[in-house]
Amino acid sequence: MAKSRAALVGAFSGVRGRAGITDDTWTELEEALLRADVGVRVTDALLDGLRARVKTKEITEPAALLEALQADMVGHLGGADRSLHFEPGEPDSPNVWLFVGVNGVGKTTTIGKVGAAQRELGRTVLMAAGDTFRAAAAEQLGMWAERSGSELVRGAEGGDPSSVIFDGIERASARGIDLVLADTAGRLHNKTNLMEELRKVRRVAGKGKGRVTETLLVIDATTGQNGLAQAREFGNTTEVTGVVLTKLDGSARGGIVFAIETELGLPVKLVGLGETINDLVEFDPTEFIEALFSE
Amino acid sequence: MFDTLSDRFDGIFKRLRGKGRLTDNDVDEVLREIRTALLEADVNVDVARTVVGRIREAAIGAKLSEALDPSQQIVKIVNAELTSILGGQTLKITYASRPPTVVLMAGLQGSGKTTNSAKLARWFKSQGRQPLLVGADLQRPAAVEQLRTLGRQIDVPVFSEASDPVTVATRGLAEARRLGRDVLIVDTAGRLAIDAEMMNQVRLINEAIQPDYTFLVIDAMTGQDAVGVAEAFHETLAIDGVILSKLDGDARGGAALSVKEVIGRTIAFASTGEKLDAFEQFHPDRMASRILGMGDVLTLIEQAEQAFEKDSAEQAAERMMAGEFTLDDFLEQMQQLKKMGPLSGILGMMPGMPKELKGAKISDDDLKPVEAIIRAMTPLERRRPEIINGSRRNRIAAGSGTSVGDINRLVKQFSEMQKMMKRMGGMALGGKKGKRKMGQMLGAGMGAPGGLPPGFPDMPFDQPINR
Repeated sequence: MAKSRAALVGAFSGVRGRAGITDDTWTELEEALLRADVGVRVTDALLDGLRARVKTKEITEPAALLEALQADMVGHLGGADRSLHFEPGEPDSPNVWLFVGVNGVGKTTTIGKVGAAQRELGRTVLMAAGDTFRAAAAEQLGMWAERSGSELVRGAEGGDPSSVIFDGIERASARGIDLVLADTAGRLHNKTNLMEELRKVRRVAGKGKGRVTETLLVIDATTGQNGLAQAREFGNTTEVTGVVLTKLDGSARGGIVFAIETELGLPVKLVGLGETINDLVEFDPTEFIEALFSE
Repeated sequence: MFDTLSDRFDGIFKRLRGKGRLTDNDVDEVLREIRTALLEADVNVDVARTVVGRIREAAIGAKLSEALDPSQQIVKIVNAELTSILGGQTLKITYASRPPTVVLMAGLQGSGKTTNSAKLARWFKSQGRQPLLVGADLQRPAAVEQLRTLGRQIDVPVFSEASDPVTVATRGLAEARRLGRDVLIVDTAGRLAIDAEMMNQVRLINEAIQPDYTFLVIDAMTGQDAVGVAEAFHETLAIDGVILSKLDGDARGGAALSVKEVIGRTIAFASTGEKLDAFEQFHPDRMASRILGMGDVLTLIEQAEQAFEKDSAEQAAERMMAGEFTLDDFLEQMQQLKKMGPLSGILGMMPGMPKELKGAKISDDDLKPVEAIIRAMTPLERRRPEIINGSRRNRIAAGSGTSVGDINRLVKQFSEMQKMMKRMGGMALGGKKGKRKMGQMLGAGMGAPGGLPPGFPDMPFDQPINR
């Protein structure tokens, strides 16, 4: 992330190079935020706040303006609980973490990585292949289970996802496994029937011995403004507790999660940075905001 | 979610409606809204700037039309501009003289390459071809398994082996020749555009199999980064066409516009559902209005222009102004409306329509009870619904096959509508000119944002009439 800090200076060289704060300054700031997928409305709100402070002469220098913008943004992300909730309980009552999101965001891969990290913490893990729709999704999860030393429960392709996950929880309960990571099929949030199916998955997951302590929405960093709609719909349907931002190692900035967190109050908890099993880190607001503007 | 551009235009349009021509300031204001709409649709910042610039030039040079008010004309110009960017030549596949015709699939992780490889194979099959799929994505666990399963579903053979991607692709080509398959579709590993090693791998595959067509799969939900991705792939692979995936979501899909604008390659196909046959050739005009969030407002304007008989509309408008709008006029307007096509379609196109209504499942049948009720009334009752008493109500209900409650609702809502119209009439009425304008609104401006067209009932929907 050191390179992003250097690039930040580069991205705003125009802003810094000017003696004062001009119209061009505002245009550049606006475009930088938009380019990072922060979105028009959030960008306007951020810049309006700064404009007021420039007007009252509280801020007069371009460098101070940049600092204020970053500080504002980091401030908006402050105070959120970003920990993954694991509540110790009876041995037959596993924690259940459910993973939801649209197609192709990296749910299965994220489960693989989370599983590996949890195994390293000494927890026993079972992965439930609730994606019974996508061809070979269970195979893919099976490989991650193997790599991370987790158990796998799968059902038939095209089977009922709720019952696969329920079976997984029952199995984990019977064997005293600490944590169930439940995969679900990717679905577009505007498909009513598929969202209803997911609502049932969420309901059934909490019915047996297990306790659903996290429902994580996986968002792809390349996602544009549609991410907000995704978060809203999945949030309404499954009581989302946090966001995992994947593929942040690409050239996309993932600025939409800033909007998701500040507008919907869903904290970003994890960031996926690559394809190997260890490329999953905790979300750091300061680093994230700095990287938003990197070139 | 986002206000659609139509919603946002409502305010401006209301203010501009009376104007004969737009000032530079008006144009700027409308263009600002258009820019916002483009950005909210994920059109790239730079692309949005160029596009808005071009629209400004076109708007300033445009000849004023008599049928549409100036702001509507801008919308028309915007739509034409977007359609022309998105459109252009459609991709026509020329099959290799020495088969197989080789197709390479590229794209970011999760964009839908594997699924779209199978969909494309199915499409080639429907064109009478015999494709072979090659699974060269050895990176993602079980990607080849996924392709094999999809291949079975569409009855297309799949070749892969556990070696390296370049070898798989090369052997796949030999296999296609051996089996006499005339189209070869190579699915590659998803990658992040900046990953030099992975880009290098796809470059090597590209050199080894010399594809006739290279398709870039782009997720319709992609944000600003779509441009960078498309440029990077285009630089490495020389893209021939774009496949827009997940268009069945509710993303506006501005990425399509950005990609087309920066690499200048046709968007050949759009993937519109989870099923393997949900794959179609791309329609630039539909996409333009989707990005703008205008519904199909232009279509609506055109349809309205054709279907509405201006005379009757103007007469109705005049009576309306004078507070003389009757249930007869109302019935007449309903008939006109029906000429414009299925009601559900019209509702979707209507700017300013409440969101709940846009998605509502409304069929023309829903209007039938309203029609039946009015038809069961005497001419006097239609003119003066306030005379409808208990026994008249019973008669009308029996005659129209509805209930007394339905009659009450209709009459009440109609009288509210009448009141509203009187108010509108009072406001707009500045003598003859005002009347003329209302007539135009009815005649040509069905799409005029600002709410329901006069005479359009809101009653059948907020409380469904029992039948």
